[in-house]
Amino acid sequence: MTEVYLNSKFAGSVDNPIEFVQKIREERRKGTISENLNVYYNENTNDIQLESSKGRARRPLIIVKDGTPLLTERHIKQLEKNEISWSDLVKQGVIEYLDAAEEENSLVAFFESELTPEHTHLEITPLAMLGYCTSLVPYGNFNQSTRLNAGSKNQKQALGFYASNFAVRMDMDVNMLHYPQKPVVSTIINDISDYDKHPAGQNIVVAIMSYKGYNMEDAIILNKGSIERGLGRSTYYRPSTAEELRYAGGLIDQICIPDKDVKGYKTEKDYRFLEDDGIIYAEAKIKEGDVVIGKTSPPRFLSSMEEYSLASSTRRESSVNLKHGEEGIVDFVMITENEEGNKLIQVKVRDERVPEVGDKFTSRHGQKGVVGLIVPQGDMPFSASGIVPDLIFSHHGIPSRMTISHLIEMIAGKTGALAGRYINGTAFDAEPEEKLRKELLSLGFRESGVETLYNGQTGEQYHAKIFIGSMYYLKLKHMVANKIHSRARGPIQLLTRQPTEGRAKEGGLRLGEMEKDTFVAHGASLLLKERFDSDRTIVPVCESCGIIAIKDNYKNKSYCPVCGENVEINDIEISYAFKLMLDEFKSLGIYPKLQLESKY
Amino acid sequence: MADIISEYEDRLPIKILGEIKNNLPKGISDSKLKKIMEAVYDEYSNAKAHPGESVGLIAAESIGEPGTQMTLNTFHFAGVAEMNVTLGLPRIIEILDGRKELDNPMMEIYLKKPYASGKKVEELRHLALQIKETKLKDISTEFTINIADFTIEVSLDKDKMKEIELTNSKVMDAILKQLKGYNIKDNKDSLVLKARSKEDVFNDAYKTKEKIKGITVKGIKGISQVLPVKREDEFVIITAGSNLADVLQLEEVDAYRTTTNNIFEIEQVLGIEAARQSIINEIFKVIESQGLNVDVRHIMLVADTMCVSGTLKGITRYGVVSDKSSVLARASFETPIKHIINAALVGEVDNLDSVVENVMVNQPVPIGTGLPSLAVKAPQKAKEK
Repeated sequence: MTEVYLNSKFAGSVDNPIEFVQKIREERRKGTISENLNVYYNENTNDIQLESSKGRARRPLIIVKDGTPLLTERHIKQLEKNEISWSDLVKQGVIEYLDAAEEENSLVAFFESELTPEHTHLEITPLAMLGYCTSLVPYGNFNQSTRLNAGSKNQKQALGFYASNFAVRMDMDVNMLHYPQKPVVSTIINDISDYDKHPAGQNIVVAIMSYKGYNMEDAIILNKGSIERGLGRSTYYRPSTAEELRYAGGLIDQICIPDKDVKGYKTEKDYRFLEDDGIIYAEAKIKEGDVVIGKTSPPRFLSSMEEYSLASSTRRESSVNLKHGEEGIVDFVMITENEEGNKLIQVKVRDERVPEVGDKFTSRHGQKGVVGLIVPQGDMPFSASGIVPDLIFSHHGIPSRMTISHLIEMIAGKTGALAGRYINGTAFDAEPEEKLRKELLSLGFRESGVETLYNGQTGEQYHAKIFIGSMYYLKLKHMVANKIHSRARGPIQLLTRQPTEGRAKEGGLRLGEMEKDTFVAHGASLLLKERFDSDRTIVPVCESCGIIAIKDNYKNKSYCPVCGENVEINDIEISYAFKLMLDEFKSLGIYPKLQLESKY
Repeated sequence: MADIISEYEDRLPIKILGEIKNNLPKGISDSKLKKIMEAVYDEYSNAKAHPGESVGLIAAESIGEPGTQMTLNTFHFAGVAEMNVTLGLPRIIEILDGRKELDNPMMEIYLKKPYASGKKVEELRHLALQIKETKLKDISTEFTINIADFTIEVSLDKDKMKEIELTNSKVMDAILKQLKGYNIKDNKDSLVLKARSKEDVFNDAYKTKEKIKGITVKGIKGISQVLPVKREDEFVIITAGSNLADVLQLEEVDAYRTTTNNIFEIEQVLGIEAARQSIINEIFKVIESQGLNVDVRHIMLVADTMCVSGTLKGITRYGVVSDKSSVLARASFETPIKHIINAALVGEVDNLDSVVENVMVNQPVPIGTGLPSLAVKAPQKAKEK
């Protein structure tokens, strides 16, 4: 007796498990049972697991009977003629999906030549073991799996042509690459997924060499001429939105140019781009602080309006302005309304991003790097045929990472570019490297891919032959323009009077606990004090009760809230955070008494 | 000659003076000796930490930085007996916390001359058996309770007993020593325990049955495994489990070299100075085993702070940190609320004498350049002006 479980719940028992399992599989292939059902017979525990629940990972395989696959030449011809589709093959019982459990009961052959009568399934293609992004890596089967992983992760961050209607879309924080190209060395997945319709990179000439050390530690060197011709140029879009919100009591936000008596009015200059409706016009060149949408809001508390109701217009300024460090050109203004029927304004600001030092680029093999230097074209190395690389990649990136596919792509790209054809680099099924090398030789180049290069500045020949070829490079979305940050003086927090945190708030860079320790270890006591002076305050302290006193600058006298005026009061310098702590102690009923003493 | 050296008695440590005395060539002239003493004194004062040097923090950084590279693994002894050794960061934490119960207590038992050679294997085996703890359950096959007359019958594994040189009478002695109120009858293959008191309760018998399983019939309590290892030309017994006090009682053991990795036990048996040295040795052993390089003096400082109070104290909020005089310093370490409330209850005064408090109130820390201050009091008139 074998127990049968359906979705892990006991369903009954059968006498002949093998026959039962066989029957279910046959019925499933016939189509009388849903193709979503998987069966697994566990010989050790002698039970049968039927699974039909959602969320199992399953993969398709060709069914094999008596050592011959059910998928025949006839099927393939029909597929080519578009007479049948994939789902027809599943319906016909030629291909079926197995889950992890049922795979345990089957014997899968990798290639057709390996088939024996014991085999139950045949792999459709070895490429099926890779995911979408991973199978986009050309010659990926030559790489370590970790590099393949890195390569596919990088591709997800590449700038490209994400939608053809981008001009009328209101996406947050998107980039468009200006001259996207389809890769010369591509994989079959490129075709299947219509990659050519939304490409994410450019074919460029890459030389593997060093250049004055500016490509140390994974940095890359770009040709300034190439950049001027549009290499890696992109546009960054960032929308600003404003809504006319409704508040209790029939009050409503107003999108307009704020009046001068509005609370928190900026300067007239800040509103200069606004048109009469309070919204900026398209193609306005704006910088940080400029108002994009003018807006006023009703006072925050109704009661405060009643008490001091001298004027009804104590409205607050709540305009949307360009954040710190941003600039751009207004691309597109949209006026519409939201679900609640409130007026909704969206303004898309565009900013052209020319590659600069610090921008991140990558090939498809996990070989990412940051621009270390932009060299004028005249100073770049050149080959005998006058080819100047667009990008110089450091040779130190190769040995430890062992990205062989990176090197093969350069050969393949070079051959493809010279022969004027696209090259299939699908993992496990690519054009063989040897063939490409022979073709390269017939095209009049060294089959190894190396060339004699000349120093662009002196014209001297380099002693070493330089490996140079063409490959597909991607610009990644991490750009310095979005990250650069510095501060000398700036905003502070209200509660602690310490500098704010983070780039968006123009914050300071924290000198942390361990950094403090290094100052102490050097005995640099006064330097340490100076670094922590950001929230220093001078407070008067009553000598008799040791509590912070009050200094009345108007009457020019100090007094203690506890002991009155006839006590000695002295000023001390402490951090505001400490003063805050003393206040917190007091609120807890703890009396923090300060005893003053001359330090010197 | 002697008076030249004695001149330096309060300026150089006795140990250095002793070394000089021992290494001086015979009949050295006074002028030469003077020069030597001056050179030694110069070297010595150059090697000293400067006043205001933040030695503690530098020690913390010097141990802490390599500590980030340490592995978190415990290693296993390859061999017959499976023995674990805590190494790396967990062991350092164990030592610095001053824990009383270790993850893997271990002993290294050195033997006196005739035994250490290992020529008489039988003798060594005998000794190992004497050290390893054997519990009653290890030499018995069955414990049964006779409900009729409330007796407990322990069936003995005679083969095992022979192997570890145990006789029935020895087992009976051990049981009688550790279990009061019972009579034992020897049935050769088994022992029968009967309570002397008449108030026989079944539960009682059941409890005793469980209790006697853990009775030590042979060996030293707490030592679960014994492994004789050859080190250079002598045999050393390495044990899992530690019981320094009892092991030192054994006649064959060389008490001068035998150690345990349980520092608390060393403190109890040998005193605080030994504990201090043992902290240094143990930490240094870990750092060395990880292939790191830390100056011993940093470790010595840590060991000193753990031992200055006269008892072993861990670097925890219950140990060393609780001894800090400053409320703010204690509060900034761990459990601030507890420290501030207790300080408020007794009206503690914080003199702002050390580093953390001064960072908090933003004053120069009394370290390095912040240490010196004026010793002369300014005249009152000048102050008024």
